[in-house]
Amino acid sequence: MLVEQIAVFLENKSGRLAEITAVLAENDINIRALSVADTADFGILRLIVDKVERAKTVLKEHGFTVGKTSVIAVEVADRTGGLANVLKCIKEAEINVEYMYAFVNKTGENAVLIFRFEKMEEAIEALRREGFTILSKEQIYAL
Amino acid sequence: MTSMYWQKEQECLPRPELEKLQLARLRTTLKRVATNVPFYRNRFHELHLDPEKLTSLDMLRNYPFTLKQDLRDNYPYGLFAVPLRDVVRVHSSSGTTGVATVVGYSRGDIETWSDLVARILCGAGVTSDDVIQIAFGYGLFTGGFGLHYGAERLGASVIPISSGNTKRQIQIMQDFKSTALVCTPSYALKMADVMMDMGINPNGLSLRYGLFGAEPWSEAMRREINERLGIRATDNYGLSEVMGPGVAGECEECQGLHINEDHFFVEVLNPDTLDPVLPGEVGELVLTTLTKEAFPVIRYRTRDLTRLISEPCPCGRTLVRMSRVLGRTDDMLIIKGVNVFPTQIEAVLFAIEGTEPHYRLIVDRENNEDRLTVQVEVIESMLFDEMKKQRALVETIKKRLASELGIGVEVKLVEERSLERFNGKGARVIDNRRL
Repeated sequence: MLVEQIAVFLENKSGRLAEITAVLAENDINIRALSVADTADFGILRLIVDKVERAKTVLKEHGFTVGKTSVIAVEVADRTGGLANVLKCIKEAEINVEYMYAFVNKTGENAVLIFRFEKMEEAIEALRREGFTILSKEQIYAL
Repeated sequence: MTSMYWQKEQECLPRPELEKLQLARLRTTLKRVATNVPFYRNRFHELHLDPEKLTSLDMLRNYPFTLKQDLRDNYPYGLFAVPLRDVVRVHSSSGTTGVATVVGYSRGDIETWSDLVARILCGAGVTSDDVIQIAFGYGLFTGGFGLHYGAERLGASVIPISSGNTKRQIQIMQDFKSTALVCTPSYALKMADVMMDMGINPNGLSLRYGLFGAEPWSEAMRREINERLGIRATDNYGLSEVMGPGVAGECEECQGLHINEDHFFVEVLNPDTLDPVLPGEVGELVLTTLTKEAFPVIRYRTRDLTRLISEPCPCGRTLVRMSRVLGRTDDMLIIKGVNVFPTQIEAVLFAIEGTEPHYRLIVDRENNEDRLTVQVEVIESMLFDEMKKQRALVETIKKRLASELGIGVEVKLVEERSLERFNGKGARVIDNRRL
């Protein structure tokens, strides 16, 4: 039930993000979701793509430092309170969110929330208990 | 200009007599280390060197060098030439934890040391009427105690304030009417800055002399210090492995540092061929102690680059002069008076990551303060998806480096393969300090 996310180290200098997206485009890799965390000196780009291994390889070939981590993708209806419900469930289970980002899928009906929790297994457990939809790798890549 | 001497007879000894004295002392020193220090005994034995047969100073060239590594290998007391009960003081190099070297002083050594530092103070114009503020650290570092004993020997009034707390330094300088300041040259400029902030006019102070050392500086810095503090700044040189301050110092001519040759035999060698350079050419300074009892060193390679000035000095001293230190033959950096070797940084990065990321050292001097930035290339094992962990890594590297080096550093993560690759030495260091 875990989704693979790649992380790329970026110095804060112009053109780096453009370079990454160009490399991915050239290799026919589709970005499903992304987020950037940054400090004054550097940033960490997190990406959900349709071809994880391929993306990792080509980015490395282009000199980027690339890591891979697991995240959880939760699908909720795209309406008021969608995210709030998920967070309420997580809070009650006393689990901390390390980071999260979200996107709305093509049909526009559902939103996909990408989470990294402090305790991943327990989070899956809690979300399942409350009946949330956790997307598989295949489902995410096929979106 | 009239010059003051502390030990006029020795400082102005005619050269032939000086050389005779050096030869006798050199032979005695070689005999003593051959008898009392297994390290030297074994090496002399291997090379069939008999100190008794040393009949000219040139013959010292047959003797092997002593390196910093030899001092480390014999840590802590292996190279002492007297039993520990005859040692009255121990100091340690301004290096740091992993690579410290230890030196000892007998009662006689402390006597000599005091006189030699008194010579340097005297040469710089300081007299027993002066009030000397010693802003070098007191402790294992030889700077504080070395100058302290010399100043007391001279009969000056010593303010052993030690380093740090600049505002208090200036307050005391004002209240106690200090006439001479002892510190690093960059700290003198920092004091000038802080005086401005405090609204204190240096011309209103009693300060007249500055004796600076323990880090590289330049004529431009001297001019700036002289103008801003309204003093005469002189350079002095020493290293703990040989004695500490007192090895060499400028007279009031400010045209090079007189080496106390009756106590130290000096050679200047091409660092690659190890042959003597032509007179006046730049080379590595190699020193042999002639009178040290507890910790003699034979042909110690200082790694400092300088050149000798053998023309007679108007001050009347016959002691040869060395130019200010012009550089280093190794990668060592002197930052805030502390010796920093790139290998120490490598070791810390290796300990944290289990692998050796590429790095680069950048040294800047801003507002008269040295700043070391370590750029580290991020490799996969150092990359986190969580910013919290990424920043924690930076903090860990910073803390470990600070504790290893003894100075604060900035750590900056950079992209893999973004730092230039070099083969030559010194290439991992960019020193932007305009000295």
